Amino acid sequence: MTDAAKPFSPDEAFSPPRNQWWDVWDQFKTHRGALAGLAVFISILLFVLVGPWIWQVDPGQINIRVRNQGASWAHPLGTDQLGRDLLARMMYGGRISVAVGLTAMLLGLIIGTLIGVLAGYFKLLDSPLMRLTDLFLALPLLPLLLILVTLFRDTLAKTFGEAIGVFFLICFAIAITSWMQTARIVRGDVLALKEREYVLAARSIGTPSLRINTRHVLPNVLSPIMVSATLGIATAIITESALSFLGLGFPPDFPTWGRILFDGRDWIEQYPARVVWPGVLISLTVLSVNYIGDGLRDALDPRIRGR
Amino acid sequence: MSERRKLVEVQDLKMYFPITSGVLRRHSGDVKAVDGVSFDIYEGETLGVVGESGCGKSTCGRAVLRLYDITSGSIKIDGVEIGSKSQQSLRKMRPTMQMVFQDPQACLNPRMTVAAIIGEPLDEHTNWSKAKKLDRIYELMDAVGLNRNFANRYPHAFSGGQRQRIGIARALALNPKFIICDEPIAALDVSIQAQVVNLLEELQDELGLTYMFISHDLSMVRHIADRVAVMYLGKIIELAPRDRLYDNPMHPYTEALLSAVPDPDPKVEARVERIILKGDVPSPANPPRGCNFCTRCPKVMDICREIDPEYRELRPGHFVACHLHNDTVPSGAPRNELTQQGEDA
Repeated sequence: MTDAAKPFSPDEAFSPPRNQWWDVWDQFKTHRGALAGLAVFISILLFVLVGPWIWQVDPGQINIRVRNQGASWAHPLGTDQLGRDLLARMMYGGRISVAVGLTAMLLGLIIGTLIGVLAGYFKLLDSPLMRLTDLFLALPLLPLLLILVTLFRDTLAKTFGEAIGVFFLICFAIAITSWMQTARIVRGDVLALKEREYVLAARSIGTPSLRINTRHVLPNVLSPIMVSATLGIATAIITESALSFLGLGFPPDFPTWGRILFDGRDWIEQYPARVVWPGVLISLTVLSVNYIGDGLRDALDPRIRGR
Repeated sequence: MSERRKLVEVQDLKMYFPITSGVLRRHSGDVKAVDGVSFDIYEGETLGVVGESGCGKSTCGRAVLRLYDITSGSIKIDGVEIGSKSQQSLRKMRPTMQMVFQDPQACLNPRMTVAAIIGEPLDEHTNWSKAKKLDRIYELMDAVGLNRNFANRYPHAFSGGQRQRIGIARALALNPKFIICDEPIAALDVSIQAQVVNLLEELQDELGLTYMFISHDLSMVRHIADRVAVMYLGKIIELAPRDRLYDNPMHPYTEALLSAVPDPDPKVEARVERIILKGDVPSPANPPRGCNFCTRCPKVMDICREIDPEYRELRPGHFVACHLHNDTVPSGAPRNELTQQGEDA
C-alpha cells in the first residue's frame, strides 16, 4: 500500500474534527457562479432593506405634476403615471416581494419535505399522503387561490392588520399550492434511500426513526430539495405578482415588484423602463438564488467537494 | 464443548415476507425467506453460514439481530429473549450485538466523515463528552488499522478494504459480544479479503468476540469458522463442526457444494469429480412439497417428495435434515437417481 511506501508520522497531517460547515464553506468559495449569485443577492437585500434609509422618499406620495417622467436627479428611475417615485417604490416593493418569495418557498419546502419524508419512510402513510398530493395537483390553482383570498382576507386583515394579514395569507396560499412537486421528488428519493445499507446499519445501532431521518435520509435528499427551493422562490414571486395583478394580493397602493410590473404594462410602449426595472430585479433575484442553490448543492456533496 | 456457554440460541426462527395481490392488497402468500431455523452459537466461536444466493443467509442474520420483525420463533442473546421484544425496548440491547455489512460502498453514509460514522453508536448509547468520544474513535481506528489522519475524510475517499475497516470499527464501538458478519468480504479483492478476515480473527482473539460469519466463499468459511451451517431455501440442512463437515458431508447438497470448491493443486483439480446440480432453486414463495431439495437432489427418493425430513442431531454436534440418514426410511425404498425427473416435478 502507498502508506508503506511513503511513511509519515501519524500526527503530521493530523487535525481534530471541525464543524462540517467549514468544509461546505471552503467548497462554496470555489464556485464562482455561487459567489457572484451571493454577491448579487446580498446587494438586492441591501437595496431593499437599507435603501429606503438612504433614499428617503415616500413611495406612496402622489404628485400628478411630475407624472411619467424619465430618469432625472430628482427621480433616478423616473416616476409612474401618478407621479410616484419609481426608485422608492422599487425599494419598498422589493421588501415585500423578497419576503414573500423566501417565506412562501420555505413554507412550501417544509410542507413538501415533511410529507415526502413521511410518505417515503412510513409505509402506512404512503398511500394516503400521496393521494392527498394527487388531490392538490389536480386542483385548479387559481380558483383555489381566489376562494382562499376572498374567504380569509378580511378576517386575517382584521386580526393582524392589513399588510401582515395579507402577507400571511399570500405566503400560505402560495405554499399550499406549490409543495406537491417537492413532496413527490422527496418521497421517491426517500423510498430508495431507506433501503440503503447505511440506514439498516443505523437501525442495527439502535438509532430511532427520527434521527435516522435527520441524520441519514434528509442530508442525502438535499440536492433535489435545493433545486426545488431555488425554483420555488421564482414561482412564489411570480405567483404573488399574478395575485396582485388580479387584485387579490396586496392592496393597490402597496408596491410590490409584481404590481409595479403590471402597472407599467399598460405603458410599455411609451415608457418601457417602467417594466424593465422590476423585470430586471425579479430576474436577478431568481437567477442569483439559483446560482447560490447550485453552489450550495455542490458544496454539500462530499463526493463533488475537493474537485 | 457442552460446558461452553451458549451466547446465541435460535429456536425455530421464521421470517416470512407477505405477498399481496389485487386491488385490495389481499394477503395471498408468503416468501418464506427463513423457514424454521434453529441453531446455537457458543461464546467465542465463529459459526459460518453458507449457501447459494437467495437461500436466506442474510435474512437469517438480519432477523437474528431483529432488524426485521420476525414471523415467529425465539431468539435468545446472552440469555435475553429478544424475539418478541419491541424495537423500542431492543434499543438497550443493541450494544451487545452488531453487524458488519456486505457492501462497503453502501453501508457508510456518504455525507458523514469517518469520525462521525464510527462515533454514531457512541452518540446514540453514551453521554460521553466530545473529547472522550474522540479518544474512543481514534482508539477504534487504531484497532482496525486505519490512519488517524483519515478521521475527517468522507467514505468516497477510501478503497473497499478501508471502508470495510470503517464498518468494522463502527460495529466495535460499543464493545459488542456478538457480531454478525454479513458477507463482509464478498465485495472485496482477494488480497484485501485476506487482510479483512485476518483483522476479524485478530479482533476475535483480542476482544473475545463471537461471530456469525455469513458467506458463500466456502474456503474462507473453512478458514475462519469453528462450526458451519449450510442453508438451502430458508432452512438449515446441515450443521456440523468445520472439519467434520468438510471431510464428511452427510447431506447431498453439502456434498455438491463442497465438490464445487476449486483446489489449488492442478493435479487434484483435474481429477476432481464435480456434482453438478440441475435446475434452479425453487421459489421460496412456493417451496416444493416434502424436502426443499427434492427437486434437484441427485439421491432423491420417493419419500423426499412427500415428507419434509426432520432436522436431527445424527452425531453429537452434527445436525442433518435428510431422509438418507433417517432410520425410519425402509432400506429397500426405491431410489431415484435421475435429476431430470426432479426438474419435471
